[in-house]
Amino acid sequence: MALLVVTTRDGEVHRLNPTLGQSVMQAIRDGGIDEIRALCGGACACATCHVYVDAAFADRLGAPAPDEIDLLDSSSYRTKASRLACQLALSNELDGLAVAIAPEE
Amino acid sequence: MQCKVDVLIVGSGHAGAGVALALRRRKFVGTVAIVSEDPSPPYDRPALSKDYLAGKRSLQQIMVRPLSGWADNRISLFLGESVVRVDPWRRIVATSDKREISYETLVWATGGRARTLTCPGSTLQGIATIRSLADVEFLRGCIDRVKDVVVVGGGYIGLEAAAVFSTLGKVVTVLESGNRVLARVCGVTLSRFYEEEHRARGVDIRLSSSVEAFEGGNGWVSGVRVSSPEGFVAIPADIVIVGIGIEPSVSPLLEAGAKGTNGVAVDALCRTSLPNVYGVGDCAEHANFFAEGQAIRLESVQNATDMADTVAKAISADPAPYCAMPWFWSNQYDIRLQTVGLSRGFEEEIIRGDPREGRFSVIYRRNQRVIALDCVNAARDFVCGKELILSNGVFSPAALADRAVSLREVMNNT
Repeated sequence: MALLVVTTRDGEVHRLNPTLGQSVMQAIRDGGIDEIRALCGGACACATCHVYVDAAFADRLGAPAPDEIDLLDSSSYRTKASRLACQLALSNELDGLAVAIAPEE
Repeated sequence: MQCKVDVLIVGSGHAGAGVALALRRRKFVGTVAIVSEDPSPPYDRPALSKDYLAGKRSLQQIMVRPLSGWADNRISLFLGESVVRVDPWRRIVATSDKREISYETLVWATGGRARTLTCPGSTLQGIATIRSLADVEFLRGCIDRVKDVVVVGGGYIGLEAAAVFSTLGKVVTVLESGNRVLARVCGVTLSRFYEEEHRARGVDIRLSSSVEAFEGGNGWVSGVRVSSPEGFVAIPADIVIVGIGIEPSVSPLLEAGAKGTNGVAVDALCRTSLPNVYGVGDCAEHANFFAEGQAIRLESVQNATDMADTVAKAISADPAPYCAMPWFWSNQYDIRLQTVGLSRGFEEEIIRGDPREGRFSVIYRRNQRVIALDCVNAARDFVCGKELILSNGVFSPAALADRAVSLREVMNNT
């Protein structure tokens, strides 16, 4: 799990070297990117870790649970690429995963 | 030893850390420091009674930022040091390390200390609280050696701890002095739901039960003497968790002349009655719009972070009053509760769905308006809650209660 690519809201691209098994939310936070609020700390109880996942990786992620879908629905910026970063666990299959941070509500 | 800081934040919980991070997000260029009696850098407090207690998350995974994140943001941390005195006229605080720190602006974000019992035997070892990281490190250290766990207090902390210990195979008893659990925060429907769910998983929930005394041997607790309507009973306990609320930590501010009868009183911009001193988070008593303007303390991550944002805006000369919609969550077993609004003062509960199916919401109304929702495994209802409440609409109770009609449709059709 060598690479996670994160585009922040200003368009800047950050290349992170995350820890295998951690969530994309944790990797972004640990990588020094402050944009994600992650208010519930990764408990899938809010929608403040909203990211857009690059289409190339869409089918390598597990399908979102109904709760995640409902929480994402509450965002005005929801697209087909939307996921909650705290629900994406980084595995070797996701090496090179690219996400963009969704606009703040 | 003396130093000077533009914004000095006392407390490193969600409110204190929140102010520091919000200031930097707003490109505040002055010096920012957090002084905290907690020796640990900021961590996610809700995880302490859930995944961290259960051993499902590591210490690194609950840190709000990696340690380098604070230095990268030019936020100084003075940890393991408490503020013992505030001089609001000279704008200096004195700390337990005999340091004096001068400030331009002071933000009091100390939260509170877990309440403890003072009955006989209460100084025995093995009687713990769950408030700080150190509390839970202690519990994690002895979890493997304990079998009988007694939890005092049927609030969220007590019930979350009961769920963790019960899932780990411990014999768990919850003692609640009132006639239902969660009495201060929800209506009867949710209370009874949780009592049944815990009992179904083998937890002994004892209502109208109070601790008379703790018994012990060799300085460690071994049992609890409980008084209940049936009389006295002795319950074995290898460890006791006391979850009966917090006392706000505001003495130095009150001694300096700040107003407050339940924590430190703050206005809509989170200002205390002392010049250049703000109060935020669990310790801040404020008139909350969603509590009909009554002065309350709201103990939640939402309140801490939204008050933190209010203070950051005020300090950055872009003030806006605090009026954020309250919301909260609790995870026990596979039961995910999400609440929105404040239910205090409700007149009626409308049950949407069937609690026996484990997926339902309780909609609280006052004067026929929706004031709050408690959503159990029902995120779809939760995400509509804020709009439902703010609409101030009178919706048909039958429509609200019908899970076949989404709350979105209810609003659109009315």
